Amino acid sequence: MWFDGSTLPTLIFSIISFIIVLYTIWSVRSGRKFKIREIPGLNAVEEAVGRATEMGAAILYTPGWGGDIQRPTTIASMNILSKVAEKTAEYDCRLLYPTHDPVIMAVAQEVAREGYARAGYPERFKADDIFYISSSQFGYAAAVDGIISRSKPASIFLLGTFEAESLILAETGNSIGAIQIAGTDSTIQLSFFIVACDYTLIGEELFAASGYLSGNESILSSVKAQDILKILIALFIIISIIWATIDPSSTWWQF
Amino acid sequence: MQTRIPLLVCLISGVIMFAQYFSSLPIAKSIYENILEWWQIIFAFTLFVGVAAFIKTNLKSISQKKETPYRTISLIGLFLMPILALIGGTKIDSPFLWAFENMQAPMQATVFSLLAFFVASASYRGFRARSISASILLVTALIVLIGRVPIAELISESFPKIGFWIQNYPSMSARRAILIGIGLGSMTTALRVILGIERTYLRGN
Repeated sequence: MWFDGSTLPTLIFSIISFIIVLYTIWSVRSGRKFKIREIPGLNAVEEAVGRATEMGAAILYTPGWGGDIQRPTTIASMNILSKVAEKTAEYDCRLLYPTHDPVIMAVAQEVAREGYARAGYPERFKADDIFYISSSQFGYAAAVDGIISRSKPASIFLLGTFEAESLILAETGNSIGAIQIAGTDSTIQLSFFIVACDYTLIGEELFAASGYLSGNESILSSVKAQDILKILIALFIIISIIWATIDPSSTWWQF
Repeated sequence: MQTRIPLLVCLISGVIMFAQYFSSLPIAKSIYENILEWWQIIFAFTLFVGVAAFIKTNLKSISQKKETPYRTISLIGLFLMPILALIGGTKIDSPFLWAFENMQAPMQATVFSLLAFFVASASYRGFRARSISASILLVTALIVLIGRVPIAELISESFPKIGFWIQNYPSMSARRAILIGIGLGSMTTALRVILGIERTYLRGN
């Protein structure tokens, strides 16, 4: 048997998701318009870059210690980095990007270089400002803390996969009065970001960022697909609750 | 051509990794393990690049007399540990283990301990009753906090029960709603990358 039967529910949901994503992309390409609600954290990106430029200070962007380049959160963070790099190039503002992972460093350098080129200022890009620090969690936290305390960036972006270092970084940023935009896929660290940062991207907002910031309709259509899938999941949960209440012995919805 | 080949590589790799998850054939497992090994090799090579960049940046700062003490300590730390490991090995009573247990581990514990103070200052800011929603948060947090300590049962038997109910129902449903959003976001991001809709990582877009 070449098919692993235990993965059948995942396969069914994946196929449904794939069809819905393709449908929304086709809808957009055939002229249908989708509206995406306002996301304050993403609207504040330009404000954060502008503030740093006015103050003559740098911008610090870090993807956290918890993830590697394979993680969707890191990829989503790279998409935002691309737009931030474009803005910093436009405003001629310094962008510091410390990271714990050399692969992330290499990808981030390419993404930022491309952002600077897209803005029309490739000569303003400094590869040395996107650097590897340490793979040790608290070595990384101490180093980023030190950079924040010494260079006093006007704006801090904490977007990626964070673990225990989240609050250490966010509180240090708060203590120097930097405007902070944060987002992560950990619900535990999200609560720390909410109290310590000015703007927090919650849940799917982090993944919607690239479409929201670029206005690319194909990407925005996949965000719409997320909403349709969310409605389907909510309907499934409601039906399951009603079914389990009427017939407590039923198990068809458990997988 | 400059963008088509990377997009094709991305599509093929994505489809292979997706398909192998559903297969019980030994070859699927072998492909998965092979790709993980490739990943380790890529990581090892980029680690060289990362460390070289680290040394270069620190030496440049020292030569420009910027943050010299910090940069010097960073470089000493970088070279000291591998040198100690090469000279005396990593076994018990080796200089490497001594340095790890008496220098590196306490320094990491010190940074981790800062978290306790940061939790206190963040809680103070978060729990200030500035609005109705902040007041609800404050009251809820107090009930949960008191409910988790032994004295709660002396005050009222209901305290621990209410605390656990808040954690297991309203709080858990909010967390699950966020997790569903994150799961869907992760999935559509992966699909966008595999299908070539999301091309931020590519040069020339």
